[in-house]
Amino acid sequence: MTIAAAVGPARRRARIAYLLLLPGIAWLAIFFIIPLISLFFTSLQVSTGSSGKYKAGFNWRNYVEALSEYWEFFLRALIYAGFATVLALVIAYPLAYFIALKAGRWRALMLVLVVAPFFASFLLRTYAWKTILADDAVITQTLNALHLLPDGRILNTSIAVIAGLTYNFLPFMILPLYAALDKIDPRLIEAGSDLYASPFTTFRKVTWPLSMPGVVAGTLLTFIPAAGDYINAELLGSTKDKMIGNAIQTNFIEFRDYPMASALSFILMASILIIVTVYIRRAGTEELV
Amino acid sequence: MAWLRSKLLGIVAVLVLVYLFVPIAVVAVLSFNNPEGKFNVSWNEFSLSAWGNLCGVAGVCQSFILSIEIALIATLIATVFGTMIALALVRYRFRGRGAANSLIFLPMATPEVVLGASLLALYLNLRLPLGFWTILIAHIMFTISFIVVAVKARLQGMDPRLEEAAQDLYASPWQTFRFVTFPLVLPGILGAALLGFALSFDDFIISNFASGTTVTFPIFIWGAAQRGIPVQVYALATLVFALALVGTVLGQIVSSRRRRKLAASS
Amino acid sequence: MSEPRRATPVEDLNLVKLSKIYGGLAAVDDLTLTIPGGSFFALLGPSGCGKTTTLRMVAGLENPTSGQMFVGAQEITDLKAYKRPVNTVFQSYALFPHLDIFENVAFGLRRRGVKDVTGPVERMLDLVELTSMARRKPGQLSGGQQQRVAVARALINEPDVLLLDEPLGALDLKLRRQMQIELKRIQVEVGTTFVHVTHDQEEAMTMADTIAVMNQGRIEQLGAPTQIYENPATAFVANFLGQCNLVPGQITGGDGDNAVLSANGFNFSVPRSRIHAAGSSAILGVRPEKITMYWADEPLPAGHNRLEGTVTDVSFTGVSTQYLVKVPWGQELVVFEQNLSLEELSRRGEHVQIGWAPGHTFALDGAEDITAGMGSHVVGA
Repeated sequence: MTIAAAVGPARRRARIAYLLLLPGIAWLAIFFIIPLISLFFTSLQVSTGSSGKYKAGFNWRNYVEALSEYWEFFLRALIYAGFATVLALVIAYPLAYFIALKAGRWRALMLVLVVAPFFASFLLRTYAWKTILADDAVITQTLNALHLLPDGRILNTSIAVIAGLTYNFLPFMILPLYAALDKIDPRLIEAGSDLYASPFTTFRKVTWPLSMPGVVAGTLLTFIPAAGDYINAELLGSTKDKMIGNAIQTNFIEFRDYPMASALSFILMASILIIVTVYIRRAGTEELV
Repeated sequence: MAWLRSKLLGIVAVLVLVYLFVPIAVVAVLSFNNPEGKFNVSWNEFSLSAWGNLCGVAGVCQSFILSIEIALIATLIATVFGTMIALALVRYRFRGRGAANSLIFLPMATPEVVLGASLLALYLNLRLPLGFWTILIAHIMFTISFIVVAVKARLQGMDPRLEEAAQDLYASPWQTFRFVTFPLVLPGILGAALLGFALSFDDFIISNFASGTTVTFPIFIWGAAQRGIPVQVYALATLVFALALVGTVLGQIVSSRRRRKLAASS
Repeated sequence: MSEPRRATPVEDLNLVKLSKIYGGLAAVDDLTLTIPGGSFFALLGPSGCGKTTTLRMVAGLENPTSGQMFVGAQEITDLKAYKRPVNTVFQSYALFPHLDIFENVAFGLRRRGVKDVTGPVERMLDLVELTSMARRKPGQLSGGQQQRVAVARALINEPDVLLLDEPLGALDLKLRRQMQIELKRIQVEVGTTFVHVTHDQEEAMTMADTIAVMNQGRIEQLGAPTQIYENPATAFVANFLGQCNLVPGQITGGDGDNAVLSANGFNFSVPRSRIHAAGSSAILGVRPEKITMYWADEPLPAGHNRLEGTVTDVSFTGVSTQYLVKVPWGQELVVFEQNLSLEELSRRGEHVQIGWAPGHTFALDGAEDITAGMGSHVVGA
């Protein structure tokens, strides 16, 4: 009798949990999972000859075509996103560290300022970089005077695209880094500087490993959207800087070549999943969220 | 030199913040510009004409209001659903918990183009008319995960003994939620909702797939970019940013004042 | 002053064959226990002994694997936590940070639909001397004040049983002493049964009428503090409650009230009432403070147990001095001497006699492990 009593509440609790999950999970199942499946079938459709009209089939050649036609776009997306992620990490870390461990009473205000750019239009901010990086702007003029620019300009080069990606996804790097650094007991860092004396060794042996969950989460939250982005390439790059996102967008919306766009989407997702899995294994953490 | 070394980190931190705000400052400055041609990209002369006539360009205010409507409804629904999921994931043990966790994470690990493309593939297959509802559905979908993550973090930071104490003090499960869990998690939920609103209001990539001929504010900007973005758009964007910033900063100041006053009275 | 003492008589708390099994391991193992109504009862044991699990089962925060629980005649085994006539003072208090002190204390009454809470809350705050703090938030109170709020918040519901989970663990030593007296006063004043879980033997002995020493999910010994301290029944209890000298031997005979226990060729007398051995194999026990040190040529009181030895270590602790004395079979016995005399302390290497009254000797069963409970208690707490 008492055993049944012990099992009863547990079962009832599980039922409450399922009820709580139901609406949200159902929403995601219907509008995320089913579309993905639908996208997969679309990626195998066969052309009927007329634009925008396709019929069901298992045309695996779509994938071969997608890869042979757009492999450079994939490569660029991964390379640009990779550069942007590393740059964002380097830029975000000092700020996150400062907010978590040194900011004192300024901490709350600084966090607000980190999130604030979300409230200024993403498109307009990217557009603003056109003004900042323009050929006759201060930055370009200065760097040109120092002969640091191979093309003599920034705008409409891959540098501008990478700069734009770095800028746009920076808050997604700062916030998880901050969350991880905030959990570190400052006494550990003090103990580290007591043991290792040099600040650099302390950082390498204590702070960096302890902030690893934040580094992993931050790099993923930066890399994934950056790899799929097409706004920065469209607005800041030249036609030679287009990324896979551009290819998916144009194929879907302009060419209405749905099977091609779907195949490209699946290849992008698969490559991201592979990179992420390998990366998480290497970084040795399973706790992403 | 020693002073510089001790302050170096702080200086770098402030520089990074400045970097975050440079393009926003450019937008704000350009909202007071009277552009030379149709492209509002470089400074010409000071003008208040856009601010004096925010809806002066056809379609700009309609799209702005539409975006606010969608963001409000999407945030409300996603916050309710997301908070429920977060509660279930943190407070209950059940079969399928791992799968539910993955399902929450996956949309965040999917590039927006793929989310947009797949939704459009579904809409096309179902022959759903594109517009307000298809945008709303998409926004709720991609906002839920962010809400779950934010609320989950807050719930995990909460001492589980507080809920046990409530139960011990005659609070039924519902009362425990109503009088203890909810008020303690509320700041986290509000923060998450604010983020959700910003993500939805500003979304272009997914909306562009799901919208058909309906024009949200970001879609309006994108469309206008070819023939020159009207200065009104800069003014509206600056207005939203300023309101959000002033609102949150004031909120911070008020709550820290209150905290300090309480501390002083003890 | 209004009298907060409860009107209804206090019921006993009965635990019957209570077990809690986690993944094949019994945290609480077939526990049967009666806690008399109105008593101050301590569950004492090292961490992991099952005391907190027992408490959580009584509170309804954990379901027992088997067994039953009763308050008086009412079975509470399957009753939800929020329906039990039991309240808890949590470890580190678990005060609601978003509610002020008044609302924290009023919480239980409000949940049960009591309309006018002002009177009872004010009386309760008066009892714990926090009337002036009513509108503060918990974060603005000191540790000791928070502790008293936690007690008030639980007691206002007039529970049949008040559970206290390591209630003083978060306080510093001085405040802890103060709160021990304070809690005892409150308990006498309200008359409710207090069940106090602690790993601190001194705290248990100071406050409780009855102590149950728990080890590995079972109760080792139950009794009044003096009884279990002076006459421990197991090596675990002997070692866990303070220090103890234990010497394995045999019961070889005796006369009248006293038995003779011989160990390593020496004979000691032990009162028969203090023998806990089933057979003749036994362990001699005597606490360090019962032993007196004598100079080598000094006469001992008649009938005292006596040994000769060499001082191997002296440590002065202020109130007393702790000596280690090496006895003929090589064991080092611990001796506490109060620093009464103005004479010089004995020195290391000095030859001395030690002796104690037979009435302070006890004998444990020979099968006991003489190291049980060592090192698991908190030194100097």
